[in-house]
Amino acid sequence: MAATGSAPRERRDTQNTPAAPETPETPETPETPETPDTQRTRLIGGPGMLLVWLYGVMVVGAVSRSAVQISTEFGHAPLAYSLSAVAGLVYGFITYSLVRGGETARKAALVCCAAELLGVLVVGTWTLVEPSAFPDATVWSDYGMGYLFIPVLLPLSAVYWLRKGSAGDR
Amino acid sequence: MLDVLTVATAVAALLLAAWCGWAAYRDQPTKDWHFIGMAVVSLLALVQLVVGIVQLARGEKPEQGTTVFVAYLLGAVACVPVAGFMSLAERTRWGSVTVAAGGVVLAVLQVRLHDIWGG
Repeated sequence: MAATGSAPRERRDTQNTPAAPETPETPETPETPETPDTQRTRLIGGPGMLLVWLYGVMVVGAVSRSAVQISTEFGHAPLAYSLSAVAGLVYGFITYSLVRGGETARKAALVCCAAELLGVLVVGTWTLVEPSAFPDATVWSDYGMGYLFIPVLLPLSAVYWLRKGSAGDR
Repeated sequence: MLDVLTVATAVAALLLAAWCGWAAYRDQPTKDWHFIGMAVVSLLALVQLVVGIVQLARGEKPEQGTTVFVAYLLGAVACVPVAGFMSLAERTRWGSVTVAAGGVVLAVLQVRLHDIWGG
């Protein structure tokens, strides 16, 4: 009885190890705790450095622009200035995530880049369809034409880079 | 402001961008000579900041506001050195690309400075 009971169990144990519940977890679980402090996925190596630089420039541009406009002439175009401020915040968060590195930051940055792209497309279209809603330009007006279209190109290249980073590092 | 200085800084910034772009094309990081080039461009931007402040002190007013003008002057001074430091942290061709991008940004800032001053 005991022999017949233990034999299949042992066999199942040996089979289990490479296949089912534990194995998919083992490669992931040690990696995630390791990443936070000691070996965070570096997101600013290579092309990532260029991304940080461009995002940094956009942060300074959008935040300082909206700060000046909101403090001096907010009533003139409240919607446009608020949108510029929001854009600045989003850029700031992405820059921080890129510099910080790690899996969580990578995912957060991906989400923000998607939000940024959506924002550029929506606001860009909005400014073209109904210019009267925007007495003054925002960072995202006309798909970021005033900023050499960097606001459109940046999230696309950032999403490409962040996705590639995940595939390449592990 | 001083048109000659603005044009000179913009041209120098674009030359720096082309130079570092060339280094990136040849898959090289930034080298000592590049940093000397960055120093020259940064110096031009610094001179511009001083000239701009002197002009403001003499009572001249930029067309689009003093705050914006000074902010752009400071941005122009910080632009290339920051890119240079980032290229020190990234010793690959991508460091060179970053400095090249910094040069382009500085050139754009010069155009904007010209607009803000009002011709």
